[in-house]
This record gives sequence, C-alpha cells and structure tokens, in this order.
Amino acid sequence: MSLLVVCEHDRGVLSAASLEALTFGRPLATAAGLDLAAVVIGAGAESVVEGLGAYGAATVHVASHPILVDFGPEAWGETVAQLVRSTGVSAVLACGTERGNEVLAQVAARLDQPLVANCRAVEPSADGWSITRVQWGGSLLEDARLTADVQLITVAHHVVEAEPAETSAAGEVSAFAPELDESLARTVVADRVVLTQGITLSTAPVVVGGGRGVGSAEAFAPLEELAGELGGVVGCSRAVTNNGWRPHRDQVGQTGTRIAPDIYIASGISGAIQHWVGAMAAKNILAINTDAEANMVTRAGHAVIGDLHQVIPAITEEVRRRRGS
Amino acid sequence: MRILVCVKRVPAPGARINVTTDGQSVDAAHLGFTTSPHEECAVEEAVQITDRLGGEVTVMTLGPPEAEEQLRYASSVGAHRLVLIPISEVDWDPQRTAQALTGAISALEEGDGAFDLILFGNESADAGGFQVGVRVAHALGRPVVNGIKGIDIGTDPKVVDLAEGTLAARREIDGGFEVYRLPMPAVLGVKEGINLPRYPTMKGRLASKKAEVAQSEPVGDVGGQVRVRLHRPEEQISETVILGTGPEAAPAVVDLLEELGVLS
Ligand SMILES: Cc1cc2nc3c(=O)[nH]c(=O)nc-3n(C[C@H](O)[C@H](O)[C@H](O)COP(=O)(O)OP(=O)(O)OC[C@H]3O[C@@H](n4cnc5c(N)ncnc54)[C@H](O)[C@@H]3O)c2cc1C
Ligand SMILES: Nc1ncnc2c1ncn2[C@@H]1O[C@H](COP(=O)(O)O)[C@@H](O)[C@H]1O
Repeated sequence: MSLLVVCEHDRGVLSAASLEALTFGRPLATAAGLDLAAVVIGAGAESVVEGLGAYGAATVHVASHPILVDFGPEAWGETVAQLVRSTGVSAVLACGTERGNEVLAQVAARLDQPLVANCRAVEPSADGWSITRVQWGGSLLEDARLTADVQLITVAHHVVEAEPAETSAAGEVSAFAPELDESLARTVVADRVVLTQGITLSTAPVVVGGGRGVGSAEAFAPLEELAGELGGVVGCSRAVTNNGWRPHRDQVGQTGTRIAPDIYIASGISGAIQHWVGAMAAKNILAINTDAEANMVTRAGHAVIGDLHQVIPAITEEVRRRRGS
Repeated sequence: MRILVCVKRVPAPGARINVTTDGQSVDAAHLGFTTSPHEECAVEEAVQITDRLGGEVTVMTLGPPEAEEQLRYASSVGAHRLVLIPISEVDWDPQRTAQALTGAISALEEGDGAFDLILFGNESADAGGFQVGVRVAHALGRPVVNGIKGIDIGTDPKVVDLAEGTLAARREIDGGFEVYRLPMPAVLGVKEGINLPRYPTMKGRLASKKAEVAQSEPVGDVGGQVRVRLHRPEEQISETVILGTGPEAAPAVVDLLEELGVLS
C-alpha cells in the first residue's frame, strides 16, 4: 500500500510546494508503513519526474490523457481518484495551495471520503489518524480525528521546508492512463492572461501598510512615496478596501495576501487577528499608531507612537536627507 | 437568471480568538457575528448579475436559528429569497454540511428547476475546509471551479464570444489570471476582491426585517472528520521597542532601516 503525493506543476515546471508535500510525506509514510509514491498530471509532466526520487518517491505515476493538458480541477481530481482505486493507495497528500486544496476536495467528493485541509501535524494510527489543522487562516488550530478508508490530507504551506531524502528512492516511472469523460474538459483552463507586474505584495522586501487611520484614498500618497523610496509596495487593511480606498489586491490578511517582507511598516492599523495572520511572517514589524495600546503596537518589534500623517513624511524626508538627495 | 448563494454565520473576533473551555468552539460570548467575507462578495456578485440580467437570488445557510441574522443581512443588500437549515450543534463537519446543503438545494430545484449558478465562498472563514462547495457540486453533477475573482456572464461587454448558456470565470495566478469556461448550470467558489460589497440602505434594512425566511430540514450523516479540540497556536511574545513619539522619531526609524539593510 502506498501514500500518494499529488505533485503540482505548471506546464512542466514543478511547484516548490510539491517538494514540501513530499518532504512532509516521507516520515509519515515510514510511520504508517506505506510506500511513498508521487503522481504528476498533464502536459509536460514527464519533464518533472526526474528528481522526485531524490525526494523519496519510490514510484512516480505519470498520468496522461487527451484532456489532461492544462490544469483542470475535475479532470485532475478524477485522475487521482482512479489511481487510488486501481493501485492500492491508502493515503493521499497534497500541499495546501489553492490547487492542492481544490484537487483533493475533488478527490474527496469522488471517493466520498473526508478531507482534512491545511494540516500542520499528522499522526497515523490503526484506529484513526490524529491531525492538527489550521482554522481561521492560521489564527486557530484544530485537533481532529480522521476516520477514513483513504486518508486525504493537505499540508499547510510552509509547515516544512523542502529537503531531499538522505538516500534517494528509485523514482520509478509508471505510466497511468485514466478513463476520463469528455465532459470533464468543461473545467480545464481555457485561456491565460499574463499581466506583467513588478514586485508584488507577496514578494516585496518592504511593505508600507495603511489602515483606517490613513483616512482617505488620497492620504495614501505619502505611503506610496515612502514605499517607492525603500523599493517596496503599499499594503492595506480590510477596512481600507471596504472603504474603496485601495484595490483588494493590496489587502494583507486572512482573506487577502500573506506577506513576508524584511520589514512591514504598519501605520494606522489596529492589528485585528485576521490582519495579523497575513503580516506575522514579516521579519520585522514597525507599528505607527496614535494608540500605544493598539494590538499592532504591542505585537510589533518596534513602534512609533504618533500621527502617521506626520511620522511617515518625516521618515521619507530623513531617508532622502541621509542619501543626500 | 436564478442564482443560489451559500453563506455561513461566523463570529467576528478582534485582537485574538478565544476558545470555550470544552475546546469545541470559539468563545463568542462577547462577539458579534458576520458572514464570511468571501461569501459576502458572493452575495454581492449574485445581486449584481441579476440586477443586470434579471432574475432572482436565493441565499441559504446551515447554522443555528440565529443565522437568520446573516440571511436578513443578505436580503438588505438585495437577495430575494432566504432559506435557513437550522441545526442545534455548534458546527457540522464538511461532509455532513455538504449533504444537508445538497438535500435542501435539490428540494428547492424540484419545484423550480435547476439554479443557473450556485455560488460558494472559496473557503469558510472559521473552519476553512476548502471543500463544501466542491462536494455539493459533485453531488449535483455540476462543473465547479474555486478561487474565482471575476465572472463574465450573459451580455457582459467584456467578453465577446461567450456562447449562450456558458459563463467565463477568472482565477488569479502569479502575474496574471487563468480563465475557465463553464456550461450552466454551474457552481463557483469565489474570493473576496471579486467586487466591493455594497452597504445596506435604510430602505433595504427595513424591508429585510419583514422578509420571509423559509426553513429546510437538516439531513446529513456524520462524516469522518471529528473535532477533538480547538486551541490557539503558540505565540512568540516580544517586547516592543518604542522608537519615539511623533515625527521626532524619524531618525531612529531610519537607523533601524539602515541596520536591517533595506536602505541600500
Ligand atoms: C473572517 C474575517 C476575515 C478578515 N480578513 C481580513 C484581512 O484579510 N485583512 C484585514 O486587514 N482585515 C480583515 N478582517 C477585518 C479585521 O477584523 C479588522 O476589521 C480590520 O483589519 C481593521 O482594519 P484597521 O486596523 O485598518 O481599522 P481599525 O481597527 O479601525 O484601526 C484603525 C487604527 O488606526 C489608528 N489610527 C487612527 N488614526 C491614526 C493616525 N492619524 N495615525 C496613526 N494611527 C491612527 C487607531 O488607533 C487604530 O489602531 C477580517 C474580518 C473577518 C471577520
Ligand atoms: N454551514 C454552512 N452553511 C452554508 N454554506 C456553507 C456552510 N459551511 C460552508 N458553506 C459554504 O461552503 C464554502 C466552503 O466552506 P468550507 O469547506 O468550510 O471551507 C463556504 O465558503 C460557504 O459558501
């Protein structure tokens, strides 16, 4: 019996998240007495099989079918479900990315099995696996018991760092041809639109954040200026997007973007838990707030107590002064 | 166009989330409640589509009787029909929830025919199971895509070659988006950011107080995911270094930026 890891790739480029799932799956497979297998699906899959052995996969199933070209949640889910039924899989793991969660939900629906999404810890046992999973986007944890014929689990992103196995496994390639109804092509990606972008919120080294305390759309100009000076971007809270001051793509938090900059300058933001979960991966946080008791201030490493409308321009000015510009 | 939206009532915690002593739920004794943000946007999207193309929006929830509050809110921003599936437990597991929603949807469709579109949130704000919508869609035999941040439907001028009875749905990817074309009836899981939800008007608020809330029997078998307990993740508590007060703190801030190497 095996533990199957669904590896994501996009047109032949393996996702780093898949290697996390394999890394997480290795000790789990050993503990559960299962072989580690991987599956890659769709056009370009062959080009990513190499290297999966190094991450511990004894077998790599390569699934192909005329409609398995681009990503399609239903076609991918059906493919994995068929692989589970035909090759003796007793657990399936994927990384808790948007695609990973969606594909496993499809598998769960098709096999009529429970799915536990975004797990941080998994302990196999004969009388039901014990798991710890993320709720509220990471603000809360849930310990749960999983009773299932096939254990379906996604691993929360960044719980482990991808690391090759101490000794490589065979990584033996096995072709798999699922039987897919043409109708499943209805949810395959039909078009792709590429918008060229500079640095994005999720990858920016500096984020200058503004909350309700900024007061208006126009009042974000000084934040833009400081961000520009520091090679960063502007982020915001949900209060700001709800007021229509900034587009939602600037929102940091549970229902926005997770950021991980070198420094997050959070101004006029109270630090509600749903905002905090999106910001807590920042290496440093500087809070600027009129209220010394604000949650953002008490949780931040550094803070300035004061009116952001005065503090932010003063910082920009000081940066320029030191640069002599 | 007939659209159904499934929403969930969740507490709205502030600075931190506290858990009840039995570890089974969020301690909401001093909290207000709200609709999950993704689902609030789903309601707005449905209302915008029917405003444009005509039709009717039905909003459904499975939850405690108090979840009527979230249904009435949906009505205050434009939903036409409200359906409550009342349960007495704190929360149902995802399989059971999906089964109950599927049953209630099928019962509605028996009389009036299939909904053209059923909208879910991408994930619920509290449980975040990422699955209820997918399970319901599968049970109903309908196509479903999650993570949707744009819907083109009917006579939308943004999309030229959209065949009758199909819709296009956009999902964000790194540096762009991908487009799916689905035949209706279809199911989509949407994300906050797809639109900016309106606030209720006074008139809407008053009308929603009188709106009828239909009830549907909760039917579903307990699933394989059983909650043991909820708890807060360990938090690293660090002392906050106050760099100063007001604009006079700027030099200390820039010292810090230099130290962190972000000034280079
Ligand atoms: C399910 C759910 C998901 C959510 N997801 C998100 C999310 O993804 N992201 C998010 O941000 N929120 C999210 N929220 C909303 C969140 O709970 C808060 O409502 C929101 O973050 C508050 O935004 P804020 O801090 O800007 O506003 P407020 O809480 O109003 O805080 C404003 C702050 O500005 C300070 N201030 C005022 N004037 C000044 C000034 N001149 N100078 C300096 N400081 C000043 C005040 O002291 C205060 O601390 C979510 C809520 C729920 C229920
Ligand atoms: N109790 C419920 N009542 C109505 N809809 C729900 C309920 N639970 C979940 N949903 C819907 O299913 C989506 C996904 O939920 P989940 O699988 O818990 O992440 C949510 O965004 C809602 O649209």
